Amino acid sequence: MTNALSKLLETNDWLMADGATGTNLFNMGLGAGDPPEFWNETETDKIRTLYRGAVDSGSDIFLTNSFGANASRLKLHNAQARAFELSRLAAEIAREIADGAGRPIVVAGSVGPTGDIMQPVGTLSHADAVEMFHETAEGLKAGGADVLWLETISAPEEYRAAAEGFKLAGMPWCGTMSFDTAGRTMMGVTSADMVQLAGGIENAPLAFGANCGTGASDLLRTVLGFAAQGTEMPIIAKGNAGIPKYHDGHIHYDGTPELMADYAVLARDCGARIIGGCCGTMPEHLRAMREALETRPKGDRPTLEKIVQALGPFSSEGDGTGDDTAPKRERRGGRRRG
Amino acid sequence: MSEEDDIILSELDDDELVQQMFDDLYDGLKEEIQEGVNILLGRGWQPYEVLTKALVGGMTIVGKDFRDGILFVPEVLLAANAMKGGMAILKPLLAETGAPTIGKMVIGTVKGDIHDIGKNLVGMMMEGAGFEVLDLGINNPVENYLDTAEREGADIVGMSALLTTTMPYMKVVIDTMIERGIRDNYIVLVGGAPLNEEFGKAIGADAYCRDAAVAVETAKEYVARKHNRAKAG
Repeated sequence: MTNALSKLLETNDWLMADGATGTNLFNMGLGAGDPPEFWNETETDKIRTLYRGAVDSGSDIFLTNSFGANASRLKLHNAQARAFELSRLAAEIAREIADGAGRPIVVAGSVGPTGDIMQPVGTLSHADAVEMFHETAEGLKAGGADVLWLETISAPEEYRAAAEGFKLAGMPWCGTMSFDTAGRTMMGVTSADMVQLAGGIENAPLAFGANCGTGASDLLRTVLGFAAQGTEMPIIAKGNAGIPKYHDGHIHYDGTPELMADYAVLARDCGARIIGGCCGTMPEHLRAMREALETRPKGDRPTLEKIVQALGPFSSEGDGTGDDTAPKRERRGGRRRG
Repeated sequence: MSEEDDIILSELDDDELVQQMFDDLYDGLKEEIQEGVNILLGRGWQPYEVLTKALVGGMTIVGKDFRDGILFVPEVLLAANAMKGGMAILKPLLAETGAPTIGKMVIGTVKGDIHDIGKNLVGMMMEGAGFEVLDLGINNPVENYLDTAEREGADIVGMSALLTTTMPYMKVVIDTMIERGIRDNYIVLVGGAPLNEEFGKAIGADAYCRDAAVAVETAKEYVARKHNRAKAG
């Protein structure tokens, strides 16, 4: 299947994705707790500014403002019926900016988690999840997205349900998970697990990887974990610009443009082919990242020590791969399990 | 494993049964936990004993392995669900017998924030540890925390936030407590993915809790100190 992203991947060793959506919109006046997706209708110029910020800073790919545009998230704002419409609007504005850029730009339709926990542990059924992802996917498709971009997922069940929903919409996709708990996702998925997961899906993603989580160092350890599995699938790295710090009633991410430039080059050395930022990554960070990726040579795969030296310490000792994992409790036996 | 090997809970002596209940909580087996609770009650155990020795004991193991990165959210939710099954039997009995609770907590996600997975997990683990938990849900303004804490005579106020934009609201709640001169009446615990210890200190919370297991440990420690102070005073 040919699409704007696969074409760019054929001719480029690496591509740059965008930075933060939330942090940028909050700086433009979005109130805490307000759904950013409403702005696709009411503040379209600000959404244009958001998209242009990424494109003008050198991004080859940017994500639409539709992270929470699914029925389950929108329900919290009494807008559960608007998932299709708000997704379509997000992609339409993006299409307009991409087409006016004067170079090939990929519009990636952002799809975030439902926020619900899936059965049997939680309440959301597979069928309902597929339906929600399908609805958002159709909206993004109608608005002109080139690919869909699943992000910040923690449960493998949800990743698979999204893949199924995207298949129903006939859309190519990429999908990243968030590794924020001792090197794993909240639901316990390791980097090695995710390679198996992404590689084993019938409607396979074009690329897979990690976004958000804790700091940039942790994210690169996860990317090294992906690469160690010897996967051929392109790897995505979208890390946060440092760690949120509190100053005079406001929060800002402590990662400087210089740090994110180092992060971008290291991400490429770790094996990532699509490199961007997440929370806290502003246009000035993206410009520094682009410049570094263009001017600095590709190096050898870095050691963990080198990552710590450049970007700071990890948030946990291990990442759940290899032999460093403590065993589960030894049970008494006799009980038939599973 | 053959059918004959399957465990019959009623044939175990008390110690073995409690050990088996620890395993069954760890594995999230709700029906088995309910059966175990009923057997212990049938043998004349006090409801408070069943709670503390069997359920709290088992959830402590789950909490430690969660803290140490051995168990993750799905396993903890299953364990908490099994624990709740046992609690449903014990709650009315505990009320009847006037059993002591180790403390009361008001918990909620702050104003502007609609995320609740972590907050729910803390609530469940706190219940599992024997605390009484009043869950305010999501998107809570100052009044929700303070009115409920005052009305219910809570020991602990717990606040959660997942967004960097909603984190600062925790300080609004704490500052309001200070203004009203009631800050020292409560232990204030904060948590959520983007938070850290430095932030907890900066806003004047008693402690930042990295996860649900740490929240339980911290709450126990602070409640014990508070009780000691009350005795001394």
